[in-house]
Amino acid sequence: MSEGWAEVWRMGLRSRGFVIGGVVTLIFILIAVSALIWTPYPVAEIVVSRRFQGISAAHWLGTDQFGRDLVSLLMAGAVNSVAVAIVAVGLGMGIGVPLGALAAARQGWLDEIVMRANDFAFAFPALLSAVMITALAGPGAVNSIIAIGIFNIPVFARLTRGAALVVWKREFILAARVSGKGPLRISVEHVLPNIASVLIVQATIQFALAILAEAGLSYLGLGTQPPQPSWGKMLNEAQTLMFLAPQLAIFPGMAIALTVLGLNLFGDGLRDVLDPRLRRER
Amino acid sequence: MKRIFLFLAASLAGLIPLQLQAAGDHLNMGMVLEPPHLDPTAGAAAAIDEVVYANVFEGLTRIDRNGEVKPGLASSWEVSDDGKIYRFTLREGVTFHDGTSMDSSDVIFSIQRAIAEDSVNAQKALFEPIESVAAEGAGTVIVTLKRPTGHFLFNLGWGDAIVVDEESAAGNKVNPTGTGPFAFKRWVKGDRVELQRNDAYWGEPAQLATATFRFIPDPAAAVSAMMAGDVDAFANFPAPESMVQFEADPRFTVFIGSTEGETILSTNNGRPPFDDIRVRQAIAHAIDRKAIIDGAMFGYGTPIGSHFAPHHPAYVDLTNRYPLDLEKAKALLAEAGHAGGFKATLKLPPPSYARRGGEIIASQLQEIGIELEIIPVEWAQWLEQAFRGKDFDLTIVSHTEPMDIGIYARDSYYFDYHSGAFNGLMDKLAAEVDEKARYAVMADAQKRLAEDAVNGFLFQLAKHGVWNAKVKGLWENSPVQANDLTAVSWEK
Repeated sequence: MSEGWAEVWRMGLRSRGFVIGGVVTLIFILIAVSALIWTPYPVAEIVVSRRFQGISAAHWLGTDQFGRDLVSLLMAGAVNSVAVAIVAVGLGMGIGVPLGALAAARQGWLDEIVMRANDFAFAFPALLSAVMITALAGPGAVNSIIAIGIFNIPVFARLTRGAALVVWKREFILAARVSGKGPLRISVEHVLPNIASVLIVQATIQFALAILAEAGLSYLGLGTQPPQPSWGKMLNEAQTLMFLAPQLAIFPGMAIALTVLGLNLFGDGLRDVLDPRLRRER
Repeated sequence: MKRIFLFLAASLAGLIPLQLQAAGDHLNMGMVLEPPHLDPTAGAAAAIDEVVYANVFEGLTRIDRNGEVKPGLASSWEVSDDGKIYRFTLREGVTFHDGTSMDSSDVIFSIQRAIAEDSVNAQKALFEPIESVAAEGAGTVIVTLKRPTGHFLFNLGWGDAIVVDEESAAGNKVNPTGTGPFAFKRWVKGDRVELQRNDAYWGEPAQLATATFRFIPDPAAAVSAMMAGDVDAFANFPAPESMVQFEADPRFTVFIGSTEGETILSTNNGRPPFDDIRVRQAIAHAIDRKAIIDGAMFGYGTPIGSHFAPHHPAYVDLTNRYPLDLEKAKALLAEAGHAGGFKATLKLPPPSYARRGGEIIASQLQEIGIELEIIPVEWAQWLEQAFRGKDFDLTIVSHTEPMDIGIYARDSYYFDYHSGAFNGLMDKLAAEVDEKARYAVMADAQKRLAEDAVNGFLFQLAKHGVWNAKVKGLWENSPVQANDLTAVSWEK
């Protein structure tokens, strides 16, 4: 196994996207984690008298319309993005992967039901269904997490089923069946480990999409609510101030763009590294 | 969801009518809130009056742009020496938009409908002094009061006192039928209300042939609509930060006027812990009005210390009754048994003064340990939950009715404030006709409210008027809730 990882590492270093994406993602996660224990200023601290300050030593990126420190807001926004994305993708995987694995293991009518339900969910564009869910259930961080999580379910269910079906036809599965293992045990012990790399790659990409979706929902006022900081909400508030203080829109916008770009590069690089088929094609 | 549709609808709809309408006789007026319905005699929402007052509906008297009482459907009146009998002479040849004529029977119907037991009028108190109404032929109405009432003629000028037609009154919520210079054309829910000139108007006809009220709750969308020319005027622009930008642009006229809007942190006086005056006083000590005005309104707004408009002659400056003092506030909280603070909710309706002011207040109250959970609500939700249902701890809203200090004497009002002393002052005010004495009572009433710290008194809302520089005749100030388009015209 250690040899395998060493090879992955070597492959990874050769992929430029993987390195750049990995570094950006790492920085993003580090910022989010450090914001949990430290931000330059308390995030919710409103000091109106110091609003609209430019870049300075005291406020590295200046302050917003309420005199809040922009760096602190962006850091706390990163926490919010990571939290929402982890929970939402976790929700999607937690439900989608077992569903897909079950469909692949059992096949027949169960497969049909699960996959048709999936097709139904897929028919709605992801963000639109999230907007729909938050409009029905009311705006808020929790509802937006659930909404983003729900549109992640079919993605993982379909992917898991497809990948698992391929694995189910392999000889070692036949061997496991001959030795008397049930479908559930085979799924957990043999199928899932073999499709894990595909799932990890997809999770990275869904993670980026979830961050984007959360920012979108918050921008529309349906996601994270004040005073909880969120990049999307910062963009929304900065909108009418574009002529007065453009940096208030530029910095959160850059944060979103960089993070999503980093995660996508990382995901693509990871796919190149982990997916044996692609590797052989090279 | 709704917001996106609104935005799409607004941007699509903006293109079509502008191209069809000949320039010069159509006005697109922007508003933040959409009225729940269009009958001013059946709802408290200012947005109703802001569409129909003086445009579609008229009363016996009307309030003009300077807040003065002018003849409306009554061309003149005489008041008896004891101040109890009012004799109104009605204008001749006035017809409702459906063609029926307006006479004394309609006036009597309107007043009796408002004072009736089952009346749904939001300002029943205005009509409370009326003992009886009678007709003297078709052209004269005599109103007898229980006692002399100083501001009776002003009260009759409110949107809640407009004259309606018995046949069409029930349908006024969706199809308002009045006597005004504009007739209702149609209402596209969630988007706009269209009016057209009433060619059978009794007075000077309006110069605009058509007018559209567009509802744009989102400040950013309002800026774009204004810049793109989709909207010609905003009586009260939702994004005060854009005033500088509009001021610098020769295409627009900017006028910062006054409104009757006391913006307050409404407090549920009936619900613990806010039923304890020390808690309310602590909140008053913790509120920094200047920060709220600067942060939420970009400096536009006058601090108030009670529920009274600073431009009124009887105004008393009580802003220093509870000066900003966090130590005192904490001590008061501790005294009330909340040494570590407590948790409460803050419901915020859509206007930016509420949404932005709310964030600032939440951060200010946090300083003394009060953790506020911010709950943004839509306008209809706010009216339903907070205003009618009294289901709130704290909320922020601007009370834009003129001279509305009397709401604190209402038994079932949403503040849940009950004070015998204050009710006594209001009774005294109602009976007093001498102006000086009235002002003295008003001053006492203001002090009473400040003393009891009924609500967090924040600031008097400024009117951020922005309109196309070629549009003339819009109101600079808002002495009543109205967007009077009677005198509006385009510069040729």
